[in-house]
Amino acid sequence: MSDRRTISVTINGETFERNVETRLTLADFIRHECLLTGTHVGCEHGVCGACTILLNGQTARSCLMLAVQADGQEIKTVEGIAPNDQELHPLQQAFQDNHGLQCGFCTPGMLTTLLEFLENNPDPTEREVREAISGNLCRCTGYQGIVAAALDAAKRLQAGA
Amino acid sequence: MKPPPFTYHDPRSIDDAVALLAEKDNAKLLAGGQSLMPMLNMRFVLPDDVIDINRIDDLSYIRDEGDALVFGGMTRQRDIEFSDLVAQKIPLMKEAILNVGHRQTRNRGTYGGSLSHLDPSAELPTVSMAQDAVVSVRKKGGARDIAMADFPMGYMMPSFDLDEMVTDIRVPLWPEGHGYAFVEFARRHGDFAITSSAVLLDVADGGRIAKASVTVGGVGPAPLRVTAVEEGLAGETGSAELFTDVAEKCRDIDAMEDVYAPAWYRQHLAAVLTRRALAKAFSRAANGTEMTLR
Amino acid sequence: MGAKMFGARVPRLEDPRLLTGQGSYTDDFHLPGMLEAAFVRSPHSHARINGIDTSAALTHEGVVAVYTTADLPEHLRDTTVPFQVPNPAISQPFQQRLLEDREVCFAGEPIALVVADTRYNAEDAATLVEVDYDILPGAADCKSALEDGAPLCHSDSPNNEGAKYTVGYGDLDAAFANAHLTHREEYWIHRGGGFAIENRAVVAEYDELDDMLTIWSATQSPFLVKQNVVDMLGWESDKVRVIAPDVGGGFGPKTVYYVEEALIPVIARDLGRPVKWIEDRRENFLATNMERDQYWDMEIAVDADGMLLGVRGRMIHDTGAYMPWGIISPYISATTLPGPYVLPAYELETRVALTNKVAVTPVRGAGRPQAVFAMERLMDRAADKLGIDRAEIRRRNLIPTEEMPYALGLIFRDGKPMTYDSGDYPKCQAEALRLGDYDGFRARQETARAEGRHIGIGIANYVEGTGLGPFEGATVRIQPSGRICIYTGGGDSGQGHWTTLAQVCADKFGVGVEDIDVQKGDTGKIASGVGTFASRIAVNAGSSVHLASNEVREKAIKVAAHMLEAAEEDMDIEDGRVVVKGSDLSVSLSDIARAVQGMPGFSLPGGVEPGLEATHYFSPSQSSYCNGTAVVEVEVDPDTGHVDILNYSMAHDSGTLINPFVVDGQVQGAVAQGVGNALLEWMVYDDNANPVSATFAEYLLPSAPETPNVAVTHVESPTPINPLGVKGAGEGGTIPAAAAIIAAIEDALSPWSVEIAGAPITPSMIVEKVRKRG
Repeated sequence: MSDRRTISVTINGETFERNVETRLTLADFIRHECLLTGTHVGCEHGVCGACTILLNGQTARSCLMLAVQADGQEIKTVEGIAPNDQELHPLQQAFQDNHGLQCGFCTPGMLTTLLEFLENNPDPTEREVREAISGNLCRCTGYQGIVAAALDAAKRLQAGA
Repeated sequence: MKPPPFTYHDPRSIDDAVALLAEKDNAKLLAGGQSLMPMLNMRFVLPDDVIDINRIDDLSYIRDEGDALVFGGMTRQRDIEFSDLVAQKIPLMKEAILNVGHRQTRNRGTYGGSLSHLDPSAELPTVSMAQDAVVSVRKKGGARDIAMADFPMGYMMPSFDLDEMVTDIRVPLWPEGHGYAFVEFARRHGDFAITSSAVLLDVADGGRIAKASVTVGGVGPAPLRVTAVEEGLAGETGSAELFTDVAEKCRDIDAMEDVYAPAWYRQHLAAVLTRRALAKAFSRAANGTEMTLR
Repeated sequence: MGAKMFGARVPRLEDPRLLTGQGSYTDDFHLPGMLEAAFVRSPHSHARINGIDTSAALTHEGVVAVYTTADLPEHLRDTTVPFQVPNPAISQPFQQRLLEDREVCFAGEPIALVVADTRYNAEDAATLVEVDYDILPGAADCKSALEDGAPLCHSDSPNNEGAKYTVGYGDLDAAFANAHLTHREEYWIHRGGGFAIENRAVVAEYDELDDMLTIWSATQSPFLVKQNVVDMLGWESDKVRVIAPDVGGGFGPKTVYYVEEALIPVIARDLGRPVKWIEDRRENFLATNMERDQYWDMEIAVDADGMLLGVRGRMIHDTGAYMPWGIISPYISATTLPGPYVLPAYELETRVALTNKVAVTPVRGAGRPQAVFAMERLMDRAADKLGIDRAEIRRRNLIPTEEMPYALGLIFRDGKPMTYDSGDYPKCQAEALRLGDYDGFRARQETARAEGRHIGIGIANYVEGTGLGPFEGATVRIQPSGRICIYTGGGDSGQGHWTTLAQVCADKFGVGVEDIDVQKGDTGKIASGVGTFASRIAVNAGSSVHLASNEVREKAIKVAAHMLEAAEEDMDIEDGRVVVKGSDLSVSLSDIARAVQGMPGFSLPGGVEPGLEATHYFSPSQSSYCNGTAVVEVEVDPDTGHVDILNYSMAHDSGTLINPFVVDGQVQGAVAQGVGNALLEWMVYDDNANPVSATFAEYLLPSAPETPNVAVTHVESPTPINPLGVKGAGEGGTIPAAAAIIAAIEDALSPWSVEIAGAPITPSMIVEKVRKRG
């Protein structure tokens, strides 16, 4: 008999109430209980960063959290970044304009990480951007497009702010 | 790679947590999760009970007690990184924390968790050793203090019992104007260091070293104070020759060996990084002079 | 006519979906009644199985079934994965069975499959399956595996030699006898794996109403999966559909066919419910193919001016326990070595060794990085010994542009004589040297040395056969709505095919790429296909799109001429409309498409066949050869062994570029994998062939701080082999990387006369070399 709890988690402003096994990871909860599959699972041991979400505004590896730990908390995933269905967030637009993604699998984690980073570092150097995403592995781009996108987004956000 | 089944507890007080620890004979504490969760996902540990202490209030704080800073066991690494108090009073810790993992891991990882896990090259245990921290642990019906020198029992084995948990860490301060440096070598940014060197120097007028603390991480099974180097520095005037000479003593440290980093290499890095850290620390000391060593 | 799409830096159409988390990767599917599978895999590299007891697993909560070999349909118990790419040189073509119950030959080989309501329960039950093993010694290293008395990879085989062949041409004895200088050296090159961030994944659903089996797989080659499923399982071809949805990176390992892609469909059909299997990262380290070791023992002969006279030697290639892709990788290595140089005589004997590790199949670069490493290091040695600059010795030996097309005297993997079709090797090298400011380097190095810093520079050239046949087709169809849809067989794992193939098509109809949909990687949407690997899609699918679009264009004009009662010669297509030049007369493609749908009783205009569409399967006559030059500057800390890449420059020639934006991304990503090969990526096994580095904490992928910006200059030598002039661009960045980086490290450490004869090189290896020289 599995150990279960009923939890209530708010993701991108919507509240999900589910009864789950206590060992269910937060990543699996988001993907398979809430059907928000934008957050990806790449390693399940906390290295690749594909599962990165924002928990109460701070990035966390959702593969290294239990869903029950998010009970009563607020989460933002990649699906909650764009302001609406018609527009992209300046960071997302910068990714497209700078070829910052290829297969797209690491991208949600890159976006959440950079969202937090740019909020706290609105005018970063290239070195700082590279260190900021050092916990997010990408196998496709060689990071160059991602870094260019982050620096471009910083400018756009400062201009728009 | 899914965790095995366990019974989950989220106590709301330290008393409840230690009561659970006393009762359960195969339990793991879940703090930041950055070390435990990978082990659970890989089924390297199979606890019957997981005790999540993230919901306990009052376990996360940084308190200034004048001659020391006291940290609650659940203080997040992130809070250490952004603390002005730490930056001013324990600059060694501030320098070290920037090497700890990545933003996502520092947001969740905790000081107490890092100490309890006791990876031989983890930055916080190394700094704690350098600063002669005192770790307070509590169990049901009692509490005690463990000096950092006595804290490691063996490879990834702290000396507190299975029914005890870290509640706070008291880090004594070094005098204002002291020299400090944390230097590590890792394969990639944010990786666990292969070897690290943490140096504190109390430098008196004329560059004379009144007191030295030299700790290497990643060489032995736990962070290690290199007393041979410390003794070689005490009372001497800082110079490139002195630092180069004493750092060489690090080659005598009994070193771990694995397929990724042979023992001689860790000893070698210990010497190199200690030499660099000594120069850096001396440069930063109010009574030191500018110096860079290779 | 609107803006020109072909050749432009068009932002990708793929991006908005992926940026907003709307991608559909295989694990994103949730089908009603779906079950999840977990494998029981051998923890031992080599063992005999005496018995398997699944009774405890069967009773676990949530478990629906447990399969071992005995539980499979009888005709599948001894069936092995079909042998792709046979070759007469192969003497022991071992292939993997679906589930193993007799002798496991690599750690990770699947023994049983648990199917449950959740992956969590399936994994719990998997730990309850008891297997009685007799552990056997493992053949752990390809070199020692070929020695007498080595442990046998497969107990019932006489030895561990899987294949042996020699390639070459010319008079080597004369070359070496007449040489001014000869040099012999041994190289060890380790390549590691693809390690896409998305692991493998298979979902299968059998629809009873349709008698249709649908398989979603994170594969680069849905048609190969389908072919193999049909062959192995004996199902009718039109009852099987394989779809590659969004795939999170491929890099080679997802090209080949795996036992899981047969097992999951079998079980889905057997249980009458959809089944999902998602590989976890641990399984990925154990059971997804990779490349590994090659040992090269090579000798070079040159004259007094450094002109090449001959190269000869022997190579040993580690193929792992099975050979699902034959000897493709080592064969490519052998035929890549001559590179862009005039090499009068060449001979390489290759032996392929079986080891108790997961199979070796191509990973980005596919055997070429190793060959380039050997050749480029030999060139460096010859240069150093003769006192000639390393770039200069290469310049002297490059095949002059006027000699293209250039026949090497070798047969390539496509069975055809190797002829470099096009390329300007001297220009490429010159461009790379300029970009990397090679001429200014020695001065930079002197200044750095005076400051106590050790910097070095390295150069490497390569030639790469791309655009492998036999074909990749495309259907171009204009819908009655006016939208254009392209269907093609290869999957997409990040290459941006939607955008680039739309770019090939758009200009022909005067539309924007946003008016074009591309459906790829679905065996239900086009009759025949192969897959996305070996840098072949731009050449094959791109050309097919081009030719099919031309046919559609012609047909549209023909029908429009009829509808408008005008002459075809007076017509053109602009902005999605066929127009009569110099008049107001026009008709939209949408109306034309509607007109050729057919109305009962009315003949089609112009007597054409219905549908505004055409399908074309372009088949190249041979590979088209790319080339490039990498110039890399590094700084080495001789005390810690740390290497920093200060500057990475590439001159890259992949013919005509459809989208330079996309090509830049491919080069940058490929370079990053090369950096990994040179400095970080090492798949470690113990002396018994058991994997040691089986997590991302131990097997190190380059992260952002370790990866340099790549300055790329594109040289475009269009190929005559296809109508677009394009060549493949996916692997060129990886191929010279390790050679150039290692050469640069050696140059930085020249005060200690350090010589490096392998890759990867780690910091402790560097310090050890420096300390040896004092």
